[in-house]
Amino acid sequence: MKKMSVARKRTLRFLIILGALNLLALAKFGFGNHSTLSTTYGLVLGHEWIILHSVVVKSSTGSTFFALLGLLGCGLGFLFFKLNKTSLAGISIASISILFSFICWAATGKFIPLTGLLQGGLMLAVPLIFGSMSGLLCERSGVINIAIEGQLLAGAFASAVVASVTHKTMLGLIIAPIAGAAVSVLLATFAIKFGVDQVILGFVLNVLVYGLTDFLYKRLLIPYQSTWNQAPSFSQISIPILGKIPIIGPIFFDQTIIVYLMYAIVAAISYGLFRTKWGLRTRSVGEHPEAADSVGIDVNKLRFRNVVIAGLVAGLGGAYFTIGSVGSFGKEMTAGSGFIALAALIFGKWTPKGAILAALLFGFADNLQGTLSIIGVSVPSEFMLMVPYIATIIAVSGLIGRVRAPAADGVFYSRGESH
Amino acid sequence: MSLELRGVTKTFGSLVANDNINLKVDDGEIHAILGENGAGKSTLMNIVYGLVQPDSGEFLVDGNPVTIHQPADALAVGIGMVHQHFMLIPVFSVLENIILGHEQSTKIGSLESSAAREKILKLASEFGFHIDPDAIVENLSVGVQQRVEILKALMYDAKILILDEPTAVLTPQETDEFIEIMKKLRASGTAIIFISHKLREVKAVADKITVIRQGKVVAIADPKSTQEELASLMVGRPVNLTEKKTIHHDNAVVVKVSELNIADEVGRPLVSNINFEIHKGEILAIAGVQGNGQTELANAMVNLHKNVHGSILLDGQEIVGLSVNKSLHSGIAYVPESRELDGLIGKFSIAENLILDTHHEQPFAKGIFMSNKAVEEEAQKKVVEFDIRTQSIDAPVSSLSGGNKQKVVLARELSRPVRLVVACQPTRGLDVGAIEFVHKRILEEREAGRAVLLFSTELDEVMTLADRIAVMYKGEILSIVDASATREQIGLLMAGVKS
Amino acid sequence: MKKFYNRIAETALLPFLSVIMAFVISGLLIVFSDAAVLKVIGSPGKFIKVASSTFMNAYIALFQGAFFDPHLTQGHTLLQGFYPLSETIVTATPLILAGLSVSLAFQSGLFNIGAQGQFIFGAIGASYVGFHYTFSPVVHVTLALLAGIVLASLWGGFVGLLKARTGAHEVIVTIMMNYIAGFFILWILKTKSFLRPRRIDPLAPNIKPSAELPHLLGSTMRLHAGILIALLAAVFVWWLLNKTTIGFQFRAVGANASAAKTAGISVGVTTMLTMTIAGALAGLGGAVHVLGNQYALTSDIAGSFGFDAITVALLGRAKPRGTVMAALLFGALRTGGRTMEANTSTPLDIVLVIQALIVLFIASPALVRFIFRIKNLQSQGTLASKGWNG
Repeated sequence: MKKMSVARKRTLRFLIILGALNLLALAKFGFGNHSTLSTTYGLVLGHEWIILHSVVVKSSTGSTFFALLGLLGCGLGFLFFKLNKTSLAGISIASISILFSFICWAATGKFIPLTGLLQGGLMLAVPLIFGSMSGLLCERSGVINIAIEGQLLAGAFASAVVASVTHKTMLGLIIAPIAGAAVSVLLATFAIKFGVDQVILGFVLNVLVYGLTDFLYKRLLIPYQSTWNQAPSFSQISIPILGKIPIIGPIFFDQTIIVYLMYAIVAAISYGLFRTKWGLRTRSVGEHPEAADSVGIDVNKLRFRNVVIAGLVAGLGGAYFTIGSVGSFGKEMTAGSGFIALAALIFGKWTPKGAILAALLFGFADNLQGTLSIIGVSVPSEFMLMVPYIATIIAVSGLIGRVRAPAADGVFYSRGESH
Repeated sequence: MSLELRGVTKTFGSLVANDNINLKVDDGEIHAILGENGAGKSTLMNIVYGLVQPDSGEFLVDGNPVTIHQPADALAVGIGMVHQHFMLIPVFSVLENIILGHEQSTKIGSLESSAAREKILKLASEFGFHIDPDAIVENLSVGVQQRVEILKALMYDAKILILDEPTAVLTPQETDEFIEIMKKLRASGTAIIFISHKLREVKAVADKITVIRQGKVVAIADPKSTQEELASLMVGRPVNLTEKKTIHHDNAVVVKVSELNIADEVGRPLVSNINFEIHKGEILAIAGVQGNGQTELANAMVNLHKNVHGSILLDGQEIVGLSVNKSLHSGIAYVPESRELDGLIGKFSIAENLILDTHHEQPFAKGIFMSNKAVEEEAQKKVVEFDIRTQSIDAPVSSLSGGNKQKVVLARELSRPVRLVVACQPTRGLDVGAIEFVHKRILEEREAGRAVLLFSTELDEVMTLADRIAVMYKGEILSIVDASATREQIGLLMAGVKS
Repeated sequence: MKKFYNRIAETALLPFLSVIMAFVISGLLIVFSDAAVLKVIGSPGKFIKVASSTFMNAYIALFQGAFFDPHLTQGHTLLQGFYPLSETIVTATPLILAGLSVSLAFQSGLFNIGAQGQFIFGAIGASYVGFHYTFSPVVHVTLALLAGIVLASLWGGFVGLLKARTGAHEVIVTIMMNYIAGFFILWILKTKSFLRPRRIDPLAPNIKPSAELPHLLGSTMRLHAGILIALLAAVFVWWLLNKTTIGFQFRAVGANASAAKTAGISVGVTTMLTMTIAGALAGLGGAVHVLGNQYALTSDIAGSFGFDAITVALLGRAKPRGTVMAALLFGALRTGGRTMEANTSTPLDIVLVIQALIVLFIASPALVRFIFRIKNLQSQGTLASKGWNG
């Protein structure tokens, strides 16, 4: 038998590690938990049709169940591995099972508002999804976007200020994408016209937006708060019928207009990128700009346009921080969401579906951390907060298969350069 | 449809790539543009196709002036081009590649490709191509990819087709088929501009030959001219097309490769079951169409490739699994396929490039301290020895011409004690003078008793230099034949036909 | 003479013009966000007067806060007037070290966004040795610095290891590791070993006096020996890059990794070594910051040093001398910015804008060339990172 390749070895090693962790979970959280107490899972937020009862499960039983499920996932992964297919499904089941096994254990004898946990996870994921869609639009057309953070922050700032000054949330909603697009115009101009290195450029643009918003925040928003920074915010709109479905309703269909816009944008991008003329062209300039040029596509114009659209998307996502929730603007309130969005994009292998799932996972992990610390679980919240970052490092280290960016991502295109 | 170029001039900095070029291609004509590497053929064609803007000059289609600022303009007047480096997107399907730039949409905005699919299948059967529209391009062989490129041009009714060095990636038999395709195209009324530096092909197919040298049209030649006549027009001086070979007999084996297998990072085999020996003073050439595992085999010879299993014995010592540095220092000179990407560091000076491999050794370094003086002395010496044309040894190597760059690579690689020379496509992209230099140098190494492993896709080069010829096909050596083998024999092997 | 002029123009003109443009644009921002200016915007005469005085006052305060303040000499020696300069150097010291970390990595083709995390680990190491052990003064300082260097070089080296073994892109990994380091310091400050007795806020005990870096100009100035360490480090980096085989390998891999590999240089080893040394430099920055300036570890010990370090390296074009100059400039901006904020109520944060603009202009010579209509404005090799697949 031939020796295994590096990538396969790595997958196998990861499966073994996951298996070992699940065994450990089985031993520690399942059999090791001698408490006879149970965990109560709340399934209701309020307005559903059917008021479901809370589910009560003995904690050790729950942990045992999930650890065993995880082991099953590992087995599945291994089976697919042997068949030379992707073990991703198995790996996902195994990883998530460990998490749930842990939750059951950590919340022994406590109440976990499960629906609330999921709803909160989605809320935290919203800006990440907006951000990762911005990254997706740029990078699929061949422009690296590290400035997602800046786009979000610009959107948050502009929407709060405009909504505050005009007392109209709608105007805030309109200005947010424009602010995000302004950052994009800088990104596109310097990257596409002047050929500035895109990673450096994105970094600098973030610094610039941080600087501008910090400065204006202190200069205007704090001293003249009533004029500049007392923005109204959108309230939730419950969609008739859909909003009343148990569990799903309150999570997905009792949200602000920004979240509904997100659904539309996500659907449009997922469809557009793979099913339309625009999508085909976008992917072509991200993979092989010379080829696109040779069939008459204006590479840099398309890239410019897509980067600007990306800014619109991220800027809108920025509004979620202010008029989409708390109203007023806080200094550096995006707090690195743009970078987690970037991580979600990469974790999701530059696909819309993958990026959204990764963003949801990161949002959930973040919210779980908050929930656990509120119900008083003795796990340092700092370690829970590290999860998205560690997960991303694991992802880019190729533990779950090769992560490949669009071939021409970050490559400046100028006709005739190659000759 | 006819195309005429008048007074086309293009300069890059101080280099005049095209100098006042006039050219007329008539309806249904195969017009060959002949010139050696660097003569300015590709630049001219990129100008015609709108990829490069000329400094001056005009284009006339059917006698009417047209402006071509971008490929879209060229396509609009009916000019299509098959590029030397394919303009195909590897991760797209054949269909997606072909409809790109000409997409049809349904009312709700989704792609509509059924008409295109039908047209592709119809055109393909007309020309006898076997093509699956849903195949992903990166999984196709180079020959098939080229047919996709041709289909791309035909789909949108190109009346003038530019073919830029189309046969470089084909076997002799495929080349013959390709010539038939060109004739079919001509018969269907398409005018063809055929760029090549291969005399035999040009003679076989062209109706008219324009010879370009150093950016100027130097002659309009008749296809009936002899190869020698064409060659001297192309180079500007009489060329002796064959080089002298002295027969060498020495039985000591220098390299013995056995059961060598190479896999890619996910474990798929790239090269399998390679066995050969090279003796002292012998040149073994590895021929074959590009992309049949030659690059991987060459890299494996100095352990640049991971996932290599099997044995390479150099004078009886196993070298598989050594570091690259140790492999080189065990007595291998390695001339990589791409000078710019793998051979040299463009930003570094000539002097620095000459010691890339030995910078940590005496006299260039003591411990971790480097000696600039020793580095300079070495550079001065090598510049003279290898006739590297430069103003200063401190000039960045990127400022040199292709030939001089290759001389820097050779000077560096041959400065160590060498038992085996591994040279990959050593003359690719060089002009005739530089080719002669490289060939002479390789033969000198052979004279000096070194074993030489030459990778080349140029059959002429292989036949001129080699003592024995191994032909690679799909990662395997199909057969190792004597230098007396005919072109046809080797051609069949290159196409995977084992007699 | 003409040649000399050209050389000056080549090396200094672009940075100079970039700095000028950044100051002008930021100045306009200061003016047009000022309440007093906005009030008189209707009447051109008053407007010009108020606007220009706002503009000048801000920058005069910035200068006085960064270099020399005549008010401070009253009743004191002239030297005391240079108190701001001492502060500038104190701020610039960790910036130089962290900037060198980013610059060194750049030379080897790596974009080290992780100086922040490395800085944090340097500070943690130095702080722990500083407060937990007792040694004689020189030994204590040395060991505390070493502890910072070791921890940070492991933290940085891990990135190199990951890149060498798996190809994980250093930009992504370092961004992620900065967050991890940030959470790690929050956590460790809550642990028993680090929490200051009888305190519940995240604050470590003060380092022992024996671990403090000595002041250079007496007790009235905070200028400490860290600047000497930083300058030595700059010389070291220059020497390493230009005079040693290791530096040759760093530069070779940075300029063309593929060709370096083909010539027998191990790219993996070089990458690991680069990130280890880069980590050590940033960590030294963190250590020096604790031992010479802060004395006690806090969760915000790294401030924005790690990120400023990137702008410093970009402005200094990844050259040791340029990095030192850029760090001094940004140190001056930070320090002067505090005075500007206090005296003219212009928020310190304008400094970030200035920094970002300078680097933006430096990175795009084509724009500066276009604005000033200078044809032969040279940019000496713009810095580039590698895309995700590189």
